[in-house]
Amino acid sequence: MHDERLDVENLHLWRGDRHVLRGVSFSLSRGECLQVTGPNGSGKTSLLRTLSALMYPEEGRVLWRGQDVRADLAAFHGALAYLGHEPPLKGELSARENLRYWIGVRRRIGSRALEAALELVGAGAWCDRLVRTLSAGQRRRVALAGLALLMVPLWLLDEPTTNLDREGQQLVADLIAEQRARGGMVVTAVHHELPASLRDLRRLELRA
Amino acid sequence: MSRVVTRIADSLVQTDTAPSTQTPAGPDTAQASVLEAARLALARDLRLAFRKRDQLVQPLAFYAMVTMLFPLSISPELSRLREVAPGVLWAGALLASLLALEFLFRDDAYDGTLEQYALSGQSLTWLMFAKTAAHWLLTGLPLALMAPLAGLSLGVPAAALPGIVVSVAVGSIALSLIGSIGAALTLGVKRSSALLALLTLPLSLPVLIFGARATQLAISGGPLLAPIELLAALAVLGLTLAPLAAAAAVRISLE
Repeated sequence: MHDERLDVENLHLWRGDRHVLRGVSFSLSRGECLQVTGPNGSGKTSLLRTLSALMYPEEGRVLWRGQDVRADLAAFHGALAYLGHEPPLKGELSARENLRYWIGVRRRIGSRALEAALELVGAGAWCDRLVRTLSAGQRRRVALAGLALLMVPLWLLDEPTTNLDREGQQLVADLIAEQRARGGMVVTAVHHELPASLRDLRRLELRA
Repeated sequence: MSRVVTRIADSLVQTDTAPSTQTPAGPDTAQASVLEAARLALARDLRLAFRKRDQLVQPLAFYAMVTMLFPLSISPELSRLREVAPGVLWAGALLASLLALEFLFRDDAYDGTLEQYALSGQSLTWLMFAKTAAHWLLTGLPLALMAPLAGLSLGVPAAALPGIVVSVAVGSIALSLIGSIGAALTLGVKRSSALLALLTLPLSLPVLIFGARATQLAISGGPLLAPIELLAALAVLGLTLAPLAAAAAVRISLE
């Protein structure tokens, strides 16, 4: 897996008559984290959605391990975890059930791994409550537990620290550091600075 | 009943207890097979449906009301009731299943579940198939089981009831599948119910026609195998094409 890398070449994206992404290029190799910054409406979410191949760029391409991601979408998606603005959770299921279904669709998870992930994000005490009774920060923590369970090399995170207290933000930083330590890659869109403990982040500034 | 279904849902999710070997960025040996993924998607929908029972009951209550109001408003004369029974039974079933379609993808689109399905690396077609199967189990099958009750209130002879159950069960498979295309196409459209009806009803007409014909033959004691076979053919056609189309429509809606 030494050739794992993400290359983005000259992305141009239009939404209606708005030119959202204007020639974005970067590459990311093992253990690197790219922090995408920029004001509201500068296209951070659009960039992440284009990287994940949910959106089609008008020009440019995304290469995973040197190959256009559209050539083998299933393989690329198998290597990728995308967390959007809202945690993809069902209000009528408990945190534990949510993870079992959401992650289980992608990979087999043993109950021990599930417990460990719930402990990791501090959800041990409330993981059997229905998600609709949880606070926004708690929901975000459940989503982070899912991220930890997925064990994939590429993370695309859209504002991962939203709604989190300081301890939760540190948790995000720890998760990202761990992902990098094991050779994973992270692209994250942020408003707020990530905790200072994360060093040598690469930055990409988008303009509105 | 809900406890039974929860137990079914539980047995569908049995996670393997073996600790997974976790090699983070390495080759993923623990990737779930597509059938496991589909089974989980089905189990999730069943469990959710029983946590939100109003969505489950609404189409059934609608079907019961329509089919029971008819005999009250026409006449209690058996021969006349039997004449309209096929039409009432099937128009009611069609509209009830249409009513349920709105919920098929709406919540999943709203909370990001569809997005995660599309990015799961699993075949979205199979996941759509699983969702449609859950939808049929939760609306089509109950409608078929309710049809005898509705039939009796329309003066249908008891001997005709098994044929009616079979025809509604088979026909509703086709209805669920056709509906899944419409529901996926109208994702992201505001106030989509009118558009959904407009898209789905014309495609559902063959089901209505053959279904009503089967019911008519069941009542008159004729051979009803032919229309039921046609319904089954429509269901098979739907099985092969609808999940593909729904998956493509969902991908478009996510863009």
